[in-house]
Amino acid sequence: MTAILAVTEQREGSLRKVSLEVVSAARTLADAMGATVDALVLGHGPVGGSEGLGRYGADQVLTATHPQFRLYNPDGYAATIAGLAGSHAFVLLSATATGRDLAPRVAAKLGVGCATDVTTLVWESGKLVVTRPVYAGKALQKVRLEGAPAVASLRPNTIQPTEKPRSGTAVTVTVPSFEGRVTVKAIKAPDQAALDVTEAPIVISGGRGLKEPGNFQLLEALAAAFGNAAVGASRAVVDAGWRDHGAQVGQTGKTVSPGLYIAVGISGAIQHLAGMRTAKVIVAINKDKDAPIFKVADYGIVGDLFEVVPVLTEQIKKLRSEG
Amino acid sequence: MKIAVCLKRVPDTTTKIVIAADGKSIDESGVKFVPNPYDEYALEEALKLREAAGVGETVVFSVGTDASQETIRTALAMGIDRGVLLQSPGSPDGLETARALAAELKAGGFDLILFGKLAVDDYHHQVGVMTAELMGLPCITSIAHLTLAGGTVEAEREIEGGIEVATCALPAVLTCDKGLNTPRLPSLKGIMAAKKKPLEVKAVTLGAGTLTTLSLALPPERPGGRVVGEGADAVPELVRLLRTEAKVI
Repeated sequence: MTAILAVTEQREGSLRKVSLEVVSAARTLADAMGATVDALVLGHGPVGGSEGLGRYGADQVLTATHPQFRLYNPDGYAATIAGLAGSHAFVLLSATATGRDLAPRVAAKLGVGCATDVTTLVWESGKLVVTRPVYAGKALQKVRLEGAPAVASLRPNTIQPTEKPRSGTAVTVTVPSFEGRVTVKAIKAPDQAALDVTEAPIVISGGRGLKEPGNFQLLEALAAAFGNAAVGASRAVVDAGWRDHGAQVGQTGKTVSPGLYIAVGISGAIQHLAGMRTAKVIVAINKDKDAPIFKVADYGIVGDLFEVVPVLTEQIKKLRSEG
Repeated sequence: MKIAVCLKRVPDTTTKIVIAADGKSIDESGVKFVPNPYDEYALEEALKLREAAGVGETVVFSVGTDASQETIRTALAMGIDRGVLLQSPGSPDGLETARALAAELKAGGFDLILFGKLAVDDYHHQVGVMTAELMGLPCITSIAHLTLAGGTVEAEREIEGGIEVATCALPAVLTCDKGLNTPRLPSLKGIMAAKKKPLEVKAVTLGAGTLTTLSLALPPERPGGRVVGEGADAVPELVRLLRTEAKVI
């Protein structure tokens, strides 16, 4: 029987949420093509959450354990996946910092092409056909992967993991010998509480309209009120040094697909719109009623952000405290 | 210090995308093409490292049509010593591009091979790391900080919720992210000098590739455009709509 290899991700011995997305996407496809799903867990010891992968549709949970797999090990991970890939129709990873580094390594080892950041996948006449945003989301490209086994990475936040229980039989796999050319020494400044804009369900982004870097605290407060929000930024304020590049949303930054995107004091340059137009719901707060951001916003408030945002923060706080 | 930089010619990021008649590519008429913005960080890093080393050479490589010569000249105007165009018709997929680059770079004796972390047209994040894999070289991707000491690379890359610190030995392949440096603009003197710098054109034969583009389309228009109200007074209505209509909070 055909099988799909779904590569999960762990940090500090705990499975990351994107793992459920990748297993769930693989399950949906496997059902359509009559295949099974093998979820692969790479770590240096037991990985918390891996026992639950069966619930999201893994027929088997393959565990590859190696003393050097505490942190990401590019060469060891790639060798393990490439070794397993041959017995699978295709390999699906997450388009995270790790997955974007890892997927092309695996593809190059296998001598096949790789589709990065896919948002839809279908199986057509024995081949994987995917849709992926290009030009930072200004266009959608439909691509057929001719090589076998194909390699693709799924953009985080594009599918909602759903429970479709399978047996999730635990299988131990051997890590092949590999040449460890790159060593990840440490993860610096880990901020477990801070959500990344690519993964957060709610993103609140600020632009020039905030007038000065210190005023981003208004957005931090709103994010804190929501409890599950990340703070993003326009290119203009990143280039001005107000915020880190990691927070930039747009064509030379990140492309995000949260459930709710709130653009505050952002006019909506074409590069910015490209990076956030796949958000499910967009809210714009801007004092210029003619700002292009209002053309893509589901809901807009024309007004002074310094008056609007604190009121919004209070209301969200109230809502959250009422449960 | 001998450093290679791999460069791609891409549409300027302000381009409004129009789909071409074939339904698979963009209409290039009136489009301004520029060096890929992330490749500019690679170019700047190469120049800085070469300047710090005092000796060595910087070489820029590009896979593409003749039009990429102009892009290579921009890199030469920034200060890169010479350029090589691996001339190929059309736009090969990432693996084919990596194969062409790996074959060319293999005999070059480079200490470092630098790429941008991704090209802002196809968004694949893959040619650099594939090239490294094909050459059997270490590769650290999306770096925003770099230290070189005694033949060892230490680099930092942004990951979700932290910074990953990775090391490897030279020779190595690195792909560059925003934050690594501030790319210089070509000076007038540089632009004049670039005209006389060597630019070698080598025809390459590429395979068919394993990614077939079936179609390219514009994303669905967002209906959008609904203003809830003006000022702070509109907030309760916004919150109500987000709860009861959009159901996102």
